[in-house]
Amino acid sequence: MSVFYFVAFLSIFFALMTIFTKNPVHSVLYLVITFFTFTVHYILLNAQFLAVVNFIVYMGAIMVLFLFVLMLLNLNKDTEPLKSNLVKFMGVIAGMCLLVTLAASFRLLEISDPVVLKNPDIGLVSNLGKVLFSDFLLPFEISSILLLTAMVGAVLLAKNDPKKA
Amino acid sequence: METIVQNIQGVPLNHYILFCSIIFAIGVMGVLTRRNVIIIMMSVELMLNSVNLLLTAFSVHHGDPAGQVFVFFIMALAAAEVAVGLAIIVMVYRNTRSVDINALNRLRG
Repeated sequence: MSVFYFVAFLSIFFALMTIFTKNPVHSVLYLVITFFTFTVHYILLNAQFLAVVNFIVYMGAIMVLFLFVLMLLNLNKDTEPLKSNLVKFMGVIAGMCLLVTLAASFRLLEISDPVVLKNPDIGLVSNLGKVLFSDFLLPFEISSILLLTAMVGAVLLAKNDPKKA
Repeated sequence: METIVQNIQGVPLNHYILFCSIIFAIGVMGVLTRRNVIIIMMSVELMLNSVNLLLTAFSVHHGDPAGQVFVFFIMALAAAEVAVGLAIIVMVYRNTRSVDINALNRLRG
């Protein structure tokens, strides 16, 4: 039980470091650590498939893509555009207002049943695969088309225009 | 397996909801306070991840695997979004030599 609170504290701490660090490269590295703590959360919930996918896809692929683009554009602390302190302060206040509103409305809900694993093998690959390929077969195929479209779009956008150059 | 089950026994669902809303609010703050487009996209990723964790917690709580399948789809969508978004950022950087979000205000009509 206390493991959850410790890991939750680490997640919040590193998420705050992500958005308040000046250097963008450090920011990406803190975000990687945040996603690692999310992987630990998935393991605690016994969602093993999601833990592995989060580890490989988010930490391995997406974060490396971010880091790669940051290094390609050669961004560092000196080139970092900063907002004025007043705008930053207003942004933090607005975020806190959102948090207070959400917390107050959840307090009204009063769901405080403890999370219990009713079915321990719910997050295993075999069980999720059966659900994915029976109930969710059409969305699965459509998401493959989405990924193909995104790939074509990304290549088309990032490629140099031959007419202009 | 037994220790894992013992570990999450007793964490109320409320605490998962509160934790995920805190992470979501941190993502919103990141979008509002930063001007670097890449950091803004990272904050969006943070928000997506908080929703993923909440979906998983509800899925485990109700014993329904559909929630975890949704998380899988959200991850595929996030990968597509990041690929296209970073391509757009690289293109904007090539034209304006900056990743400042204010460089895009010429889109204003």
